[in-house]
Amino acid sequence: MSSQSIEVISAGLLTTVQDLGRKGYQRYGIPVCGALDPVSLRIANVLVGNPEGRAGLEITVLGPTIKFTSDSVAALVGADFKIDLNGREVRTWESIEVSAGSVLSIGTALDGVRAYLAIAGGVDVPLVMNSRSTDLKGVFGGFEGRALQDGDTLPIGGSPHVANWSQRGLPAGISRQPTFGQEFQIRVVMGPQDSEFTQSGIETMLTSEYTITGESDRMGYRLEGAEIAHESGPDIVSDGTALGSIQVPGSGQPIILLADRGTTGGYTKIATVIAPDIGLLSQALPGAKVRFVAVSVEESHEVLREQEEMIREIKSHVGLDLTGAVSIRSEGSALQVIDADGSRIAVPDVRGSKTSTRTASASVDGEQFKFELTTAFQ
Amino acid sequence: MTSELNTEVSSSPGIQFLPAGDQAVVVEFGSSIDPEINALVHRTATAIDASDIEGVLEMVPTYRSLLVYYDPLQVSLPEIQEQISGLAIGDEESRDEFRIVEIPTLYGGEHGPDLEFVANNAGMSDSEVIALHSGTDYLVYTMGFSPGFPYLGGLDTKLHTPRLPSPRTLIPAGSVGIAETQTGVYPVASPGGWRLIGRSPLRLFDPFAQPPTVINAGDRVRFVPLDDEVAYDDIDRRVKEGAYSTVTRTGR
Repeated sequence: MSSQSIEVISAGLLTTVQDLGRKGYQRYGIPVCGALDPVSLRIANVLVGNPEGRAGLEITVLGPTIKFTSDSVAALVGADFKIDLNGREVRTWESIEVSAGSVLSIGTALDGVRAYLAIAGGVDVPLVMNSRSTDLKGVFGGFEGRALQDGDTLPIGGSPHVANWSQRGLPAGISRQPTFGQEFQIRVVMGPQDSEFTQSGIETMLTSEYTITGESDRMGYRLEGAEIAHESGPDIVSDGTALGSIQVPGSGQPIILLADRGTTGGYTKIATVIAPDIGLLSQALPGAKVRFVAVSVEESHEVLREQEEMIREIKSHVGLDLTGAVSIRSEGSALQVIDADGSRIAVPDVRGSKTSTRTASASVDGEQFKFELTTAFQ
Repeated sequence: MTSELNTEVSSSPGIQFLPAGDQAVVVEFGSSIDPEINALVHRTATAIDASDIEGVLEMVPTYRSLLVYYDPLQVSLPEIQEQISGLAIGDEESRDEFRIVEIPTLYGGEHGPDLEFVANNAGMSDSEVIALHSGTDYLVYTMGFSPGFPYLGGLDTKLHTPRLPSPRTLIPAGSVGIAETQTGVYPVASPGGWRLIGRSPLRLFDPFAQPPTVINAGDRVRFVPLDDEVAYDDIDRRVKEGAYSTVTRTGR
């Protein structure tokens, strides 16, 4: 299918193919996975002209060296890495034009942990349960269900932008490289099991400084600090574990659950890190200090809206804001629209005895959009 | 910057909404493992699936609660709580049909090395253990632990058996085991401390199938004893060829 590819000359410490996660399958016990810092992946995709959810490479602490077999556009966003193209230093957080045969070499993280390399067209590994994310524990998805190794060759999808994409960066109002440092303030919504903790246990959690330990990975971060006291005990009848859940087992030491977490768990969850701060947290190295700040659900939705507005501004700046460019209308009792990446972009599920499915496509500024529309009739 | 610490809202008696961050909410029906409470969880999930509540992204039904992921850009927490509270979940009279999934299982021998231990522990013969274990429809309360792993309820108390003192490093996929009060079947090979009494040739998790698992939360599971290796190998071959269809019945 795709004739373009990249060759992994050296794989780096932990480089995996990730998109925005395997959504809709947690009820079968399938972890979500996906980029730990999804906002960085989305921005990287936007900078190379991709839809935000295309698969890229998640790079951890020590980056890979990659050879491009054809002309391409790439961008690295997230932690601060030094990168060279054919031996010459190039900038992160903006698009890089790459000619066939070029070698992109990503060094060691100077600040933060993870960055995302987006490539025009995206990494075109097969979809598994509607996602290209690597499930390292389940050994499926991504590239052969594992982290990249030296010598791997990855297929890259086609992009209409490679020929005509001049250099794109962030708009003036948005700072290029955030500084992560060693001290993190992370916002949380209390619950779902905050009532299982003593009042002083909750105060301990909200007023103490916790240190991220070495036992931290894509499944979760284990923290160390003042013990958080339970009302009666740490165990509950297992229930669903949302992204960012802060579990407190009998040790009183918190564990923050991240993208590769199991779908259910049996420890009390005192609070949940808000989604807009998950990416920030994932940039913290072992040894970094974390303080928790409680916010309301409404406040965190306000933070989310600001974050989405920032991404929209970047899209608009690079000429990718196509809001309103395509509209889809259908008659029938229910409608589902699936885009070419297999993402469901209109809910709800189709229910009905007869359904009819049609494909539709639209072209906007040279970019082809393909949709699959399913309409149910009573 | 102290703000309101808890936005939980109780609606109808017994149902609690507990925020799980800014993009998910726990709909909690109780705190114990109980088939009636679990039925409410699955009925609510079915009702949400069939409804047109905007912004619901996915749901994770577990023993006694339903985790609902939503898109806050499409729906607010109070709106989603109000809409879920307003669903007609129905009462005992409107019980849903459920699937009974048959899991062909070869008990004992190399596939069930702990059958004898379980039998000795129960003070029964091997064949009595097999008859008791395969004579019940087990409720699939929830899925978790690993892809497609069903948490089953309903193991006869006579078959309750302690775990291995030290877990095996690798349990083959399809292994049927007992641990304390639970029985289950491993969809993928993994380490584990369960007492293994048999193995099924079914492929219970296939990332490329839709849905990816044979057993789903809310189903019942029935272990069906296979006579011998020949019967096991026959199903095993058909599964590998893609020519085996799982036997399911409907119960109410």
